[in-house]
Amino acid sequence: MTIDVVGVTKRFKTFAALDNVSLTIRSGELVALLGPSGSGKTTLLRIIAGLEWPDTGEVRFDGEDALSRSVRERNVGFVFQHYALFRHMNVFENVAFGLRVRRGADKLPEAAIREKVNELLSLVQIDWLAERYPSQLSGGQRQRVALARALAISPRVLLLDEPFGALDAKVRKELRRWLRHLHEELPVTSVLVTHDQEEALELADRVVVMGHGRIEQVGSPAEVYDNPATAFVHDFIGETIALPGEVRGGALYLGTRALGLDSQGVADGPARILARPHDVDLADPAATPFAGKVLAVRTFGPTRRADVALSGSSGPVIVEAAVPHGQTLEPGTEVGLMPRRYKVFPQASH
Amino acid sequence: MSALDHVAASEGMPSALAQSRAYTGHGGRPVRTEPRWVRITLTAIALAFLFLFIGLPLVTVFYEAFRRGWAAYVAALVEPDALASIRLTLIVAAISVTANLLFGLVAAWSIAKFEFPGKSLLITLIDLPFSVSPVVAGLVYVLLFGAQGLFAAELAAWDIKIIFALPGIVLATIFVTFPFVARELIPLMQEQGTSEEEAAISLGASGLSTFFRVTLPNVKWALLYGVLLCNARAMGEFGAVSVVSGHVRGLTNTMPLHIEILYNEYQFVASFAVASLLALLALVTLIAKTILEHRLAEGDR
Repeated sequence: MTIDVVGVTKRFKTFAALDNVSLTIRSGELVALLGPSGSGKTTLLRIIAGLEWPDTGEVRFDGEDALSRSVRERNVGFVFQHYALFRHMNVFENVAFGLRVRRGADKLPEAAIREKVNELLSLVQIDWLAERYPSQLSGGQRQRVALARALAISPRVLLLDEPFGALDAKVRKELRRWLRHLHEELPVTSVLVTHDQEEALELADRVVVMGHGRIEQVGSPAEVYDNPATAFVHDFIGETIALPGEVRGGALYLGTRALGLDSQGVADGPARILARPHDVDLADPAATPFAGKVLAVRTFGPTRRADVALSGSSGPVIVEAAVPHGQTLEPGTEVGLMPRRYKVFPQASH
Repeated sequence: MSALDHVAASEGMPSALAQSRAYTGHGGRPVRTEPRWVRITLTAIALAFLFLFIGLPLVTVFYEAFRRGWAAYVAALVEPDALASIRLTLIVAAISVTANLLFGLVAAWSIAKFEFPGKSLLITLIDLPFSVSPVVAGLVYVLLFGAQGLFAAELAAWDIKIIFALPGIVLATIFVTFPFVARELIPLMQEQGTSEEEAAISLGASGLSTFFRVTLPNVKWALLYGVLLCNARAMGEFGAVSVVSGHVRGLTNTMPLHIEILYNEYQFVASFAVASLLALLALVTLIAKTILEHRLAEGDR
């Protein structure tokens, strides 16, 4: 099912959770809404589900107005952040709930309900837990129950709110792959909310990066990582080294020193030169646009980072540079930084 | 002086604990174990207090009730005025517990699941009966509905009798037992939040179906617990009921009022016989309460 979100705005008192957001989700896609907390991603998901109503704007399912339908009638499977399993029902009854509350012509006979629930439980590989209660399950198992319960109503849209947020790192990775697999098996359009970029980049067909109630960029995981549209996206996804600079007459300067870097068409004024740590080489200070003193070197696992103090136009700017393997760097020495790939953004943009 | 030193050295720990820590150097006992004589003395004092102020009165009630034997006991209970008071108490309790059950559910539900202006005021108001003397509560109803009261003319015109009649007793009882159910449910419902209800609705359940299949089962033990306490208080309430009842024998006397009248007339056996029923109710309540607390502690089931 295609989901169209058109010009949706939602305010909570004075706080604008969503500011004129438009988005098209293609049928069968797995889309991740990625952003820091407060970026409006969960609000957008809840509006698509019908748990929240926008102040203005439209939501369309396959071209049909969805806002005129309540959450009951939208037939969306929603997986809640903390699963929201019914605590007084066992796993079987949790999954059966959506079938049992049906009325009239849709009502299924008991045998059909049992068959369908058992089918779902084996699909999510927890058929052996049918008699257990939610409090007796591990986080990963609860997650699977929540998913089976949402799938019981045969939704054409599956919405997941931070589905792996409450799990430990190892289980998270395992379930991530499993979810991707499940999505491919089912005729369903999935939307996933997450603040974990790794999750979004690994799982999704397309990533929607959100910040301050707006969509910053929509693209494939490779696009948003390699070609961030805004400084916000560059900062938020992947590691970023921010180098100071200023555009004057189409050229980049640091203080009075010409950097010899491409200003990439950014208008005159203070600028930020953003690069991935692995795209910045350490080199001879005399031959590089940036030079500074090494303050400290830290090692975590395979990576090493050096704090380098660059002299900016208004006092020193400390940047964190990657130290390649096999290179030693002593605190106190002068070092030069040479960005190989970088993007220039005007300072004012968030 | 040395005790003060201990407190200072142990940074405000309970002095008994600090004391025991001081002992470890000598005895090699675990730090948190008191000496044997301290344990025995403390336990003995606690038990003696319990027996003196709770156990003994309870025993006395039954002892006095059966002082003249089983026949006198039964005779005191089947006496028409006593029966009338028991019946009235049961009716009053049934009405007020039902009313407060409904009110408590509605109040807790709206407070826990929705945001609305005046919410904190409502939470404060729910606690009011706990902080107001029951006698004051009774007087308020007399001032409102009494012969000289605010609504006296209207009530007279419609020939409705509230004070010195069943409605007044029920109103006063509802007032004093008002907080029990709501107080029990509000924190639990707030803790549970709304996500299970949202899940139910997203799965296609109607509002009513969500309430009966999800909300109510989630709070059933707390609800029962509140009802139990509410009932115990409703049957035992004296002050507020005393003000509005008018003490008409066989008509507006509840059990506590009946007991007082009998006692003032030196009919000790009869008085304690009726009192033994209330004591019995207390014991049953206590047992049921313990079972329910166990259920509540189990929580998620």
